[in-house]
Amino acid sequence: MSGMRYEAPNSVDEAVKLLADANGAARILAGGTDLLVQLRAGMIDPGVVVNIKNISETHGIAADGGAFCIGATVSGAEMGEDAALSAAWPGVVEGAELIGSTQIQGRATMAGNLCNASPAADSVPALIAAGATCTVVGPDGQREVSVADIPTGPGQNSLGNGEFVLNIKLPARPANASDAYLRMIPRTEMDIAIVGAAVNLVLDGDGTCTEACVVLGAVGPKTITVADAAAALVGSKVDEAALAAVAAAASAAATPIDDKRGTVAYRTKVAGVLASRAAAIAAERARS
Amino acid sequence: MNEQPKKFKWVGTRTIRPDGVDKVTGRAMYGADLTLPGMLQGKVVRSPHAHAKIKSIDTSKAEALDGVKAVITADDMPQADPTPVAAGEAMINLRDLSDNVIARHKVLYEGQTVAAVAATTSDIADRAVALIEVEYEVLPHVIDVLAAMKDDAPVLHDDMFTGGVKPKPEVASNVANRVEFTLGDIEAGFAAADVVIEQDFTTEPVHQGYIEPHAVVADANPDGKVDIWCSSQGHFMVRTFVAGLLKIDMSKIKVTAAEIGGGFGGKTTVYLEPLAVLLSSKSGRPVRMVMSREEVFRASGPTSGAAMTIKMGATKDGKIVACDATLYMQAGAWPGSPVGPAAMTAFAPYDVDNVKVVGFDVVSNRQKVVAYRAPGAPISEYGVECVVDELASELGIDPLELRAKNAAKEGTQAAYGVKFGAIGMVETVAAAQATEHYKTPLGPNQGRGVASGFWFNIGGESCAGIRINEDGSVSLTEGSPDIGGSRASMAMMAAETLGVDYYKVKPSVVDTDATGYHFVTGGSRVTFATGMAVVKATNAAIDELRARAAKIWDVDVEGVVWEDGHAKPASSNVGDFDPMSVADLAAMANKTGGPISGHADINAKGAGPAFGTHICDVEVDPDTGHVTVLRYTAVQDVGRAIHPSYVEGQLQGGAAQGIGWALNEEYIYDENGKLENAGFLDYRVPVASDLPMIDTILIEIPNPTHPFGVRGVGEVPIIPPLAAVANAVAAATGVRFHALPMSPPAIVAKMAEKG
Repeated sequence: MSGMRYEAPNSVDEAVKLLADANGAARILAGGTDLLVQLRAGMIDPGVVVNIKNISETHGIAADGGAFCIGATVSGAEMGEDAALSAAWPGVVEGAELIGSTQIQGRATMAGNLCNASPAADSVPALIAAGATCTVVGPDGQREVSVADIPTGPGQNSLGNGEFVLNIKLPARPANASDAYLRMIPRTEMDIAIVGAAVNLVLDGDGTCTEACVVLGAVGPKTITVADAAAALVGSKVDEAALAAVAAAASAAATPIDDKRGTVAYRTKVAGVLASRAAAIAAERARS
Repeated sequence: MNEQPKKFKWVGTRTIRPDGVDKVTGRAMYGADLTLPGMLQGKVVRSPHAHAKIKSIDTSKAEALDGVKAVITADDMPQADPTPVAAGEAMINLRDLSDNVIARHKVLYEGQTVAAVAATTSDIADRAVALIEVEYEVLPHVIDVLAAMKDDAPVLHDDMFTGGVKPKPEVASNVANRVEFTLGDIEAGFAAADVVIEQDFTTEPVHQGYIEPHAVVADANPDGKVDIWCSSQGHFMVRTFVAGLLKIDMSKIKVTAAEIGGGFGGKTTVYLEPLAVLLSSKSGRPVRMVMSREEVFRASGPTSGAAMTIKMGATKDGKIVACDATLYMQAGAWPGSPVGPAAMTAFAPYDVDNVKVVGFDVVSNRQKVVAYRAPGAPISEYGVECVVDELASELGIDPLELRAKNAAKEGTQAAYGVKFGAIGMVETVAAAQATEHYKTPLGPNQGRGVASGFWFNIGGESCAGIRINEDGSVSLTEGSPDIGGSRASMAMMAAETLGVDYYKVKPSVVDTDATGYHFVTGGSRVTFATGMAVVKATNAAIDELRARAAKIWDVDVEGVVWEDGHAKPASSNVGDFDPMSVADLAAMANKTGGPISGHADINAKGAGPAFGTHICDVEVDPDTGHVTVLRYTAVQDVGRAIHPSYVEGQLQGGAAQGIGWALNEEYIYDENGKLENAGFLDYRVPVASDLPMIDTILIEIPNPTHPFGVRGVGEVPIIPPLAAVANAVAAATGVRFHALPMSPPAIVAKMAEKG
């Protein structure tokens, strides 16, 4: 580690300037739960670390007509304590809350999890299934981007020089809608997903699914949106036959690798198991 | 037991530990906490190859870096003699130990030390490490134990010929040694059996997983004296090894035991200490070295992995009549797996007439193994306890009933040589049978497993000093690093013996200059052996206190008895004197002969063997292979629980580590022999939420050799969990798993195979 500068700007403009001036040698500090690990492991050697926690636009969860805007420095613990958010998007909140330990939960942010671009990121599948967007700020002003377009590959994101994510937005949703996220880890916590599966769905008045999105994590270089699994749900009562079709579609869509965390055969099977279980949970939540 | 248990004032109570406040307030000084003026930071250069010749090491660029004060390689170490030295429960060859501390000519595993630096800051030391250029000639490597035994396997040591076989082999191999223990005639035994079960099992090496990484500060003075502060399970062991490796007189080395953040056997050897001394001596400044967690995994010892075949035979009525085992155990890069104790303990819980165990000690290109709680026993007893379960199922007998029927008891001849005295195997099984846990019904996908375990326990050298202070308070000194609450237990035994308030006794673990030689804190020996020394020292102080009272009263010492912390006349014939307390006698000490103390230096014999029986309930998710441990009860004969909370903690900790061993812990190597999971993220010890409350039942069958009946308790509890979990998983799934760990992918794969 050579000379590293630390900056804590108070405004978006200052932060953008610091990042742009560093020309790629900067790292953003929000929760820091990936950054500090990478620094200590010697994986990165940034010239400057820019703490964005002093920027007021990154703070808090704002509810507006059923939609939510979650600041980039909002921690998993803050999300879990927000009753309205947890009621509307239980799958998104449980994905964020599965990251790390209680201590990590006080720090770790969804925006950081998104930009870190791990294929196994726990909060990302449910965000994509939810159709979330984010506000990206940078030297050319701000733009709204689909969350799905931020990660481009393991450890890679689509942010340009000087850009950072300011907030994440979840849309307003109809009645009888809910979501769920499940992941497989060998332990019960403090681990990285071998497989993750998120399901977001909407039911009509008699319990028939009218909209669905099924997204897998950790079984490919990026999340995988399984259109066939969504198609199996839409028009069904989310019954056993539909759930079996979800499982088959998810397993068929998974493109995992063999590594120290799991085998291709295991991940392929469990992708189906978790997708169908998440669909059942989301449907149960939507009904109640 | 006909005898009423003796009532104690302190023994058996839950006193407050004397080291507790320091630990919870962060004041306790662990290995990395000492800072000395001018202190340097030491770092290590490690091999990136699993097996390679070192062709050259160029340290010039590192030496030229500003802030670097010393660089060392094996050339700075004296050539060590291949002399066996006691290391935990095994013997170690000093030349092998020296090579493991810093490689000479050849590296035998990825992560082995090849050079070390000391610099003014950590950052500079890291840069210096990167500047050291090592040229290697990479050699073929072998990781797995069975692969290492093949004829065409790369041979690690061209001067190693299998010991324990006749005639001596003509070619070198990776098989260091063969051991055998036999009793009776197994062929006749199996001939008499109605049911015979034979199965193969494998286990993976597992790390002790202590939270505190290895850490040391060394200060070598220009006159040749060396001070060392380090976290270890034996500062005398550190002194022995540093003196032997660096050829320094023991009298010139003073080692102070820092507080220790876990060891479990893993801190019964040295890694950094000799390097820190060499760096200090070369730079003329104190040097601190601390391993990262990654270094702990890459370069410090796990216990062995193994492959084994277990065969047992029984008659229809459930009498086990013959036992046969073959064990192949990984030693790591140099000989010294715990194959001996694994072979000796394998069938020890059972009273069987015909037993044969053969074991092989096998080297391969991985970290040198070091002791881990009951070294070897969890491995061999895992295979045996699985087969006992299979026998029970084949015979249609309840598995605890089968264990009760065949349990070793007083007078049983063990295959490893001893005839057991008073032991509690029968009682632990009976207590397990009587639990509400064992009778509770299970739900779908759930299963219950039981297993028993045996460990010898040891005694060994310990010393103690009791000093009565001028105010009557008591200072207690001993030299066993306190890894499990032993200072509290020592103070309790002293207070009980002397008849004073426990809180008036201050126990200290003192440095190697301040007490006599102690064997390591290991082998479950401290409460037994150091406890015996403390009681003997306390009795010596009592004799002195009686002599002082006799002097004051002007009577014969035989006329003075010691009761409830007071000197009293033995009878009215002696005279009418008011009892004198410790404080009364201390206040008059300068008039009666000076300071009052008692000392004992002993080699304790007669450690009582111990047995445990565990019950485990699991639920297996058939689709993901995830195993949830629902309920767990550990029963153990503890002899006498001096401090029940710490004894229960030993049972719970052992169970937790054994559950991790059974379910998820393993080393993952890539095709080049590089470790891929050198950290707690992917080397999965259980976290708190993975475990239920571990219930404990303490059975007290006193060990007749110890004044309070103590048996070692720290090792037995890691033995039964492997098979208890495996038997529970077999019951839940209907499938017998023959390989550990039973990780979710392994469970799904095996269940798919079975359809």
